[in-house]
Amino acid sequence: MSAPNPKVDFDIAVVGSGPAGLAAAALAASKGASVVLLDEQAEPGGQIYRAVTETPVRDRKVLGPDYWHGAELLGPLRDSGAVHWPGTTVWSVARPREDAPDGHRPLQIGLSRNGAAAMLTVRHVILATGALERPFPIPGWTLPGVLGAGAAQVLLKTSGLVPAGATVMAGSGPLLWLLAWQYLQAGARIDAILDTTPKENWRAALPLLPGFLRSPYLGKGMKLMLDVRRKLTVIGNVTALRAEGDGALKSVVYTRNGTEHRLPADTLLLHQGVVPNLNLANATGCAQRWDGQQRCWRPTTDAWGATSVEGVSLAGDGAGIGGARAAEEAGRLAALDALHRLGRIGREQRDQAAAPFRAALDRALTGRAFLDTLYTPAEAFRVPADDTIVCRCEEITAGAVREAVRLGCSGPNQAKSFLRCGMGPCQGRLCGPTVTEVIAAERGVSPAEVGYYRLRPPVKPITLAELAALPKTDADIDAVFKH
Amino acid sequence: MFRRLPEIETAANAAAQAISFTIDGRPASARAGDSVAAALLANGITACRNTPVSGAARGPYCMMGVCFDCLVTIDGTGNRQGCQVRVAPGMAVETQNGKREVER
Repeated sequence: MSAPNPKVDFDIAVVGSGPAGLAAAALAASKGASVVLLDEQAEPGGQIYRAVTETPVRDRKVLGPDYWHGAELLGPLRDSGAVHWPGTTVWSVARPREDAPDGHRPLQIGLSRNGAAAMLTVRHVILATGALERPFPIPGWTLPGVLGAGAAQVLLKTSGLVPAGATVMAGSGPLLWLLAWQYLQAGARIDAILDTTPKENWRAALPLLPGFLRSPYLGKGMKLMLDVRRKLTVIGNVTALRAEGDGALKSVVYTRNGTEHRLPADTLLLHQGVVPNLNLANATGCAQRWDGQQRCWRPTTDAWGATSVEGVSLAGDGAGIGGARAAEEAGRLAALDALHRLGRIGREQRDQAAAPFRAALDRALTGRAFLDTLYTPAEAFRVPADDTIVCRCEEITAGAVREAVRLGCSGPNQAKSFLRCGMGPCQGRLCGPTVTEVIAAERGVSPAEVGYYRLRPPVKPITLAELAALPKTDADIDAVFKH
Repeated sequence: MFRRLPEIETAANAAAQAISFTIDGRPASARAGDSVAAALLANGITACRNTPVSGAARGPYCMMGVCFDCLVTIDGTGNRQGCQVRVAPGMAVETQNGKREVER
């Protein structure tokens, strides 16, 4: 690992094969760069186009045309000559201290593939790690039978599975309506949709409506939502929610207009939007900022996706939520900038090639502010009551986090030391946003001031055996034996 | 509880794609392409482990490798993410009780 002149394996590594990663890898490789596309899943597509090459759901009207668009990204990738490594988990991106004699400072990627760890040396990294569902901490959200709506959609795409018994969907945001619509097309059972979109959000979102009216997706989204509302029981203005059952979900209890109601349920699908999957960027040292409109942390990037770490860029929802079509264009812009930084194209050539992608990106982002504002989750679902588990791994409640704040804990990293909150295998992915907001609310300051977990590689658990099997130089061995 | 869409579960299709494996020693059937977590749900298993902290039952939650709630023992190796591993013929899947055991 400390060889004086490390051999470079690839010019560019792209992490994640959703729309941003697919588009970035295809473009960069088509311009002659050597590119490797690393992805955890067995097939390309990310979560949005999950299983697009092999889904058993062949009736195209079930998953809808937006899903099938994903297949169009695969041809260009195949033709580009990019190397695709599926089933590969990236657990670190770092720059070794030694500079190569030619002045290049390549990056090293730690990865696991087929049960073995390996290091890869590359000149540039494009992180396209996408989004994950925003945590939806309600009492009982850890019960078996409670899943994310995104999880249910993965089950539909990969396996053609739909809920069988009494099914309740709850929350807010475009994905909830899309899944309900897909279930309708598939003939799946939904007993009720509990809409938690706060009434006040409409007032805040209204001034942003003109922008949304220019959105190319407006028509599609409205039709889909109206379809669902016509055919299903939609219960609006839900202000409180809990899942009940002993060892498995039995019922969903919700509050509407101050009155509690109970629905029997075998499956509860929760959703309140998505947030950037930023663990790898954070652990790589990329600066991040609090986005008040999307109420999440997002890595800081310039107009090309370049982060604060030289040679590391971000594209797609991992840099802030913009949706699949925006991700695709952002991937192309990041690829052009990487080619420029590697000296393969000039600045002018980069800017010229970028113009259509930038226009398409702007189009794709039109109306986003309206959606962000309308679907900002209610405070009750972001800053839960004391008895609600916020850290699923270590089973830490919101009350325990508040107690730690009263003892002087000022941010998530201290909460981690005090409580083990965020210390489990998910590494804060399912509690980070909540812990930030709970501490901020308790201290009466902005989440920006409270901060986020400082994450460390490996960002996915790997076994000691895997690590120990890494190739070692004589210098590495000496370093251990001489001390 | 999850069920397969009827268009997929046609007799010819189901036979061609069927994979036999075991859940806690009992024979079970899945479809090629299923993750272990999906295969468990398709077989009516919503709870796949008890947590090491309180012993509470958990089941698959995110299906995309981030929540670690679908941890199971696969072919004798504990703490595998069920949603990240594809089910294979003859695979032995075991629900997990608490922590991963030494040597497993």
